[in-house]
Amino acid sequence: MLDTFANAEIARQAWPILLAGLGNTLLLSVVVVPLGLLGGLILSVTATSFHHPLVRYPLMAWVDFFRAFPPLVLLILLFAGLPFAGIQITGFACVCIAFFLNTGAYYGEILRAGIESVPSGQTEAARSTGLGRLQTMLFVVLPQAVRNVLPDLLSNTLEVVKLTSLGSVVAMPELLFQARQAQSLTYNPTPIVLAAAVYFVLLWPLVRLLSRLENRALAARK
Amino acid sequence: MAARPVVEARGIHKHFGAHHVLKGVDLVLAERELAFVIGPSGSGKSTLLRCLNRLEEPSSGSVMVDGVDMLDARTDLNHARQRVGMVFQSFNLYPHMTALGNVTLALRKVAGKSSAEADALGQSALARVGLADRAGHTPGQLSGGQQQRVAIARAIALEPRVMLFDEPTSALDPELVGSVLAVMRDLRQSGMAMVVVSHEMGFARNAADRVLFMDQGLIVEEGTPAQIFESPAQERTRAFIGQIQKH
Amino acid sequence: MTNWDRFLETFFNAKMMARYLPDILQGALVTIQIAGLVIVCGLLLGLALALLRSIGLRPLNLLIVFVVDLFRALPPLVIIVFIYFGLPASGVKNWGFIATWLSLTFVLMAFSEEIFWAGITSIPKGQWEAARSTGLSFGQTLINVVLPQALRLTIPPLTNRTIAITKGTALASVVAVGEILGMASSAVSNSYNPSPLTMAAIGYLILFLPLVVFGRWLETRMAWKR
Ligand SMILES: Nc1ncnc2c1ncn2[C@@H]1O[C@H](COP(=O)(O)OP(=O)(O)O)[C@@H](O)[C@H]1O
Ligand SMILES: [Mg+2]
Repeated sequence: MLDTFANAEIARQAWPILLAGLGNTLLLSVVVVPLGLLGGLILSVTATSFHHPLVRYPLMAWVDFFRAFPPLVLLILLFAGLPFAGIQITGFACVCIAFFLNTGAYYGEILRAGIESVPSGQTEAARSTGLGRLQTMLFVVLPQAVRNVLPDLLSNTLEVVKLTSLGSVVAMPELLFQARQAQSLTYNPTPIVLAAAVYFVLLWPLVRLLSRLENRALAARK
Repeated sequence: MAARPVVEARGIHKHFGAHHVLKGVDLVLAERELAFVIGPSGSGKSTLLRCLNRLEEPSSGSVMVDGVDMLDARTDLNHARQRVGMVFQSFNLYPHMTALGNVTLALRKVAGKSSAEADALGQSALARVGLADRAGHTPGQLSGGQQQRVAIARAIALEPRVMLFDEPTSALDPELVGSVLAVMRDLRQSGMAMVVVSHEMGFARNAADRVLFMDQGLIVEEGTPAQIFESPAQERTRAFIGQIQKH
Repeated sequence: MTNWDRFLETFFNAKMMARYLPDILQGALVTIQIAGLVIVCGLLLGLALALLRSIGLRPLNLLIVFVVDLFRALPPLVIIVFIYFGLPASGVKNWGFIATWLSLTFVLMAFSEEIFWAGITSIPKGQWEAARSTGLSFGQTLINVVLPQALRLTIPPLTNRTIAITKGTALASVVAVGEILGMASSAVSNSYNPSPLTMAAIGYLILFLPLVVFGRWLETRMAWKR
């Protein structure tokens, strides 16, 4: 049993391969988290700045559309579909676009709630001191908004980092992909166990932090 | 031979960790008697009440209610607790239920009444506190005074042998205090044995048989309202009475 | 032929769509099966764990917290791949289906336990005390007084989380399950036309968009009531 799941020899062989994968997972996260945040910022700031229904409802539809879409479906649609349209595109670019759209929608929804939680008196006070609309948003509203929804933002970030494992499906050499490579070379599941352990060690602190923050948030809203 | 007391608590000690909160308290309550407990904040009044229905576990001592040993492991505690009604400072009504639902829950689940029986008993309990017409309201739709009266109805519907009140009017706006005190006075007139922790000295004067002054986990002094309020024997009691009468 | 015509011809090819519609529908049935099983099992297990945790046995609670943390920290795809390739079950029929079902169930169990638990602990102590003082037992208080209030509080976050996790059914295609995406992918490689993928995308929207909109509606409704 232990020989199968935690074979020391295989673990030693697979370790360098996994390490390379871990590096790519981290790199990928460092790219896609800001991308998603950017998407979310654009959506939320637009949605809260223009109250016209012609802006609001299409944005809402956009957000719900991409929240309803499984990210893997989006990724495959781009990866397998775009070449048919004559567009040659790397797996990495596909992942970036998919994450921009998918996680952007989630971040957007969270940030919108955050912005709406800041009392309008804040905006009025800032505007009365001569700050412009954008300055007010950047320096007064957004900092408070982010603080109000920090647990949700962190929780979504955790999900985004976990979601980078989808890259394996489009041959991005991230942690899961590398583990599966090592597994098919060695005919042994140890590399996958090891990869799971790496994910856990990497993300457990964030999970702990989150469950504390969430408990506090739910208790506070009574 | 004197009748058996309704409540007989002897030598109650309570520790919270290193904190010795009750230091050997005796409380004996006869049938139809109303004991009124006063004392500075933190003196252990709430803890004493909560030891009587074992919401707090006394560290040592004995508690008998209506001849039932509340601390005996063989006692069916949930059954015994029906005999001890408790009213809280913060009402603690169930916000997801109507007034009638609040009153009938334990009737159905603990006393084993059918829904119809429970509803009838619940309605008459609500009528006793003057809220027959509010049976279908949820706590959010009631004033603080009405909520506290529903809480009293919830307790008396179970036909307890004794009622414990822990500062029942302290969370109320002044103009709502009277309605709750009126219900308590009615209850007293019907012969209910009661232990009341409160600052309502007027109520104590004309409704209490006995006033107990607690300080630092001990009953320092007890006597008739007149004795305690007009001529307390202890310096600490005098100081405390003087302080609250200034307000 | 204009570009637009060519686009339609490629991605919305009527002939291809008609040919592969039965496959996609069959896949949709599998997706619905997995999703239904995951939602029922995941939420029930999550609630059960939260109730167990409320009893307050320390060793048990540490174990529950660890299991919950584990399934919150691991990517669902990693869990699926682990169960599918790692557990010695080659030869079990529908192993990919089972692996996906188990994995997503555990993930939903973990997330919902956390939400249920937060809901239970957010109910004030006075509610417990009032109920216990009238003679209700621990279990009766939990079921009749605490849970109804806790559930109301947890419904919006729970709905959104459940939808997000249930969308993971598409991951089953990675372990050779013929759900919508799996069916569409093999159709694309057989037909050299992406229209089946378009259909799959539409299929997912039909399944999940109503749920997402429902979740949004719940959230605003509850927000007003607060
Ligand atoms: N659950 C508890 N844990 C620790 N200390 C407590 C607890 N409940 C009460 N105490 C302490 O016991 C003392 C008496 O409290 P209490 O009985 O509430 O006093 P009173 O009702 O007279 O104001 C206080 O010092 C309080 O801090
Ligand atoms: Mg008190």
